[in-house]
Amino acid sequence: MSSKRTVNFKIYRYDPDKDDKPYMQDISVELEESDKKLLDALVRLKAKDDSLSFRRSCREGVCGSDAMNINGKNGLACLTSMDEIAQPVTIRPLPGLPVIRDVIVDMTQFFKQYHSIKPYLVNNDPAPERERLQSPEDREELNGLYECILCACCSTSCPSFWWNPDKFVGPAGLLAAYRFLADTRDQATSERLDNLEDPYRLFRCHSIMNCVDVCPKGLNPTKAIGKIKDMMVRRAV
Amino acid sequence: MVKPVIVGAHYGFRDWLAQRVTAVVMALYTVIFAISALMLPDASYENWRGLFSAGFMKFATFLFFMSLFYHAWIGVRDIFMDYIKPTGVRLVLHSVVVLLLVGYAGWVGQILWRL
Repeated sequence: MSSKRTVNFKIYRYDPDKDDKPYMQDISVELEESDKKLLDALVRLKAKDDSLSFRRSCREGVCGSDAMNINGKNGLACLTSMDEIAQPVTIRPLPGLPVIRDVIVDMTQFFKQYHSIKPYLVNNDPAPERERLQSPEDREELNGLYECILCACCSTSCPSFWWNPDKFVGPAGLLAAYRFLADTRDQATSERLDNLEDPYRLFRCHSIMNCVDVCPKGLNPTKAIGKIKDMMVRRAV
Repeated sequence: MVKPVIVGAHYGFRDWLAQRVTAVVMALYTVIFAISALMLPDASYENWRGLFSAGFMKFATFLFFMSLFYHAWIGVRDIFMDYIKPTGVRLVLHSVVVLLLVGYAGWVGQILWRL
């Protein structure tokens, strides 16, 4: 029995230099036994049709480059097993962001929001000789926050981000915001909360929880957003 | 001309908290109202009127409606913020909703205290 199998794809195609508008391409590809993940299949597809464009780098769920909409749900191609996927495999770009070509999207807006929360430690004390220490309990607080790889699966599955990508920070940015709010070494807590005290920036989140549903790293931005709101309650009441 | 994105209104937290508090008020009132209504001997006009003529019930009902209107205001404003993009149109809609709700609030007071 041959271990080769044929998989059918429906892929969103758009090349602004050639196409008037996007279209869905039906294409099938024969996979080798070693092709375990969707990314392997896409690489195989690209060998067949080299005009297909997508981003990929580490192929092991660390770089976050190959985020795309797979059968209607955002995810990383490199972490999606070909054994569990329904056919035809429908591949579209991440929703809500401008398409550059095929499944490559312009992530400028996404990173703009990420930068707006100052994703770095603010500490005005003179730097110690070696490092700023934390107790193991304080360090524990950062688990489930620092692991974000900024693939944008969450923010681009969030309706609030679709409607206001320029004003709402989005789940990825807010998870990062809480990562620094929760850091005992950070001294800008009040400024960070001021920065988020806005009907759009933070309070567009209505706990829809699409972000939690799609996060390929199993993180929970909704919980982090809830903790930011808790901090605001503690500050104000 | 590139339009800058303007954010940082520095409100939102109070409304978010108020929406939660008003939700609790409405939930509590629903229970109180359901129990009181079920305890009426029969559904006659006199009994119904009697239920709302008690001072506590007037107060609780008024509080319920105030909570409902504040809760509705925040919810409707959020919908407008998502779906109505031109600022002028949004301002007009916001004003219309606020005025309507203030009017309703007065109406509720008038109905309750004439009983």
